[in-house]
Amino acid sequence: MPDIRKVVEIPINMGPAHPATHGVLRLKLKLDGEIVKEITPVIGYLHRGIEKIAETKTYPQFIPYTDRLDYVGSMIYNHGYVKGVEELLGIEVPERAEYLRVMMAELSRIASHLIWLSAWGLDLGAMAPFFYCFREREEVLNLFEMICGARITFSYMRIGGVSKDMPEGFAERLQRFLDIFPEKIDEYEALLTENEIFLARTVGIGRLSREEAIDYGVTGPVARASGLNYDIRKIEPYSVYDRFDFRIPVENGGDVYSRYLVRMEEMRQSTRIVQQALDGIPEGDIMAKVPKKIKPPAGVVYSRVEGSKGEVGYLIISDGSDKPYRIKIRSPAYCNLSALPAMCKDAKIADLVATVGSIDICLGEMDR
Amino acid sequence: MTRTMYDSLVGILEHLGVYQTLQVLIPEPLLKILLIFLIAGLVATAGSLILAYLTWLERKVLSDIQQRCGPMRTGYHGLLQPIADGIKLLVKEDIHPKAIDRWVFLLAPIVMFVPVVVILALVPFGRTLVMTDLKVGLVFLLAVSSLPTLGIMMASWAQNNKYAVLAGLRRAAEIISYEVSMVLAAVGVVLIAGTFSLPGIVEAQRGLPYIILQPLGFVIFFIGILADLGRIPFDFPESESELVAGYNLEYSGMKFSFFFLAEYLELFVAAGIITTLYLGGWNGPLLPSWLWFGIKTFAVIWVIIWIRATLPRFRIDQLLDIGWKWLLPLALLNIAITGGVLAVI
Repeated sequence: MPDIRKVVEIPINMGPAHPATHGVLRLKLKLDGEIVKEITPVIGYLHRGIEKIAETKTYPQFIPYTDRLDYVGSMIYNHGYVKGVEELLGIEVPERAEYLRVMMAELSRIASHLIWLSAWGLDLGAMAPFFYCFREREEVLNLFEMICGARITFSYMRIGGVSKDMPEGFAERLQRFLDIFPEKIDEYEALLTENEIFLARTVGIGRLSREEAIDYGVTGPVARASGLNYDIRKIEPYSVYDRFDFRIPVENGGDVYSRYLVRMEEMRQSTRIVQQALDGIPEGDIMAKVPKKIKPPAGVVYSRVEGSKGEVGYLIISDGSDKPYRIKIRSPAYCNLSALPAMCKDAKIADLVATVGSIDICLGEMDR
Repeated sequence: MTRTMYDSLVGILEHLGVYQTLQVLIPEPLLKILLIFLIAGLVATAGSLILAYLTWLERKVLSDIQQRCGPMRTGYHGLLQPIADGIKLLVKEDIHPKAIDRWVFLLAPIVMFVPVVVILALVPFGRTLVMTDLKVGLVFLLAVSSLPTLGIMMASWAQNNKYAVLAGLRRAAEIISYEVSMVLAAVGVVLIAGTFSLPGIVEAQRGLPYIILQPLGFVIFFIGILADLGRIPFDFPESESELVAGYNLEYSGMKFSFFFLAEYLELFVAAGIITTLYLGGWNGPLLPSWLWFGIKTFAVIWVIIWIRATLPRFRIDQLLDIGWKWLLPLALLNIAITGGVLAVI
């Protein structure tokens, strides 16, 4: 007869098709009732071999692939790549192009955070933020469509500049968006920030200490929520970020609530950056003089930018030909997810869902 | 004076002059049985119409709060949507997974649906629209209203699916925590009204609805109803972001829709019970009694949908905490205060 007092752990597969795993993440869980005893993330369901494809493409040909890494904030991934190639080539990018890049990257960050907030709200059972966030994201996508014709996969940034200048009416429309957006953030916050149920579900959940965050190589809002003041826009200013006045929000809670607060404040700060960029954008070219055939000299460059999820890095190795010898992409969500078992020690299932959501994963860039 | 639906129907028939003819044609006991069946059929039809349009109402209210239109294409503002949904669910393939417990799988939707219809017979819809006036109406109602949980647990077990089993276990754990306090909250109403009969309780609220005399009891009962309905913020058995779809994971076609029909009918019935116990039921000036009942019931339904649109979900252990550490002591306190005040008066 089996010993009925012995706790039987139920093995259960969360994903790859599960509404709370945001794509095709699979979590192998061992459950003791409601309590999660063991978590093993399994990735690779969206693996497309993008890094290998890079070796068969010329440098400009690879730009569309960077769109498909993190499909909710692709401008930033464009930026990181072209910045790396420009460093290899030693190209000076025109100022107007840099301003446009910063504006687009920050709008991309806003769009990405809005997607995160809406999906995470659904994870917690709150339906309304989803629709509210998508309303504003729609306007951001409309702006993207105006400037480059695409809504998701932009390929807007090119080696040496950007593909198109602001069309007529764009600045006014962007200004209208910037005027209303802070009020809209207040609206989301009114639904969640002070809500007792929301606080009960988020405060103290999925805690990651500062030391653990450093150990796991966590970056982005997750790291900043653990008290780590680490933002590449400040510690290693690239493009024209050093000209803008903005604040990096840091929280010390380390829980999912702190991550929420950090991202909400980041949206406000991004709005400020876009506003300053829009006000101060200089006249001029949007493309530098780039040779017809891009053949960077042999060498290695590591180009990093601050993505919506953390540090986006491209290690580009050139052998002097028109195709990269090797491209390695540092995916922030991949590194952040590695801290998940540390965040969810003996958590409940519902807390696990809240924590996975708070990391803000995107399988497109994790699996590459 | 309250009259049962049977009396009302006989009155109408007598007024039309049909009843006397019928009495001649059909023997008395048979006629009575026939009329009762007629009433049951009418109430069931009305109930299913209401629940079909509750789905429409919920979608419309939700979409209004969430800045979208909801169903718009089928009929005027999507008015035919419930019918289209019904046809879709009827013609859907009914899938039976291999490893199910066949009989329990078949029975579960019925076990869930029938008790809700039974409760429908108890709700006093209007002064002349009482279907049955049981002396122990409230006790019977509270007893029957916990039966659908059995259906949920049967369904979750029969499907042989780990997520569904988790949902069933959640349901089993939560029902004890809130149902006790819910029943105890209703005791306050009984103490004041001095009767278990639902029409009697409504009659006793002629002057003052009990929400004013029993605010604490109302809050406890309302939270209990929310948990009983399995709606946000307490929708643990079917929290789709945690347990995929919860207890009805492997169900499809009409069996699946039975769970949903039961849930929506439960929503209507529960709102009707709140109206009866705390909002003064059919009492109200000017308008006919059934209209007052309808207005109050739909106001309660609207609030419940509003809550769904706004709030996030609790965690299951937090509901257990609320149930045992807050609702239960408060319900006992409510009884003590009510009893004490009544004793002094």
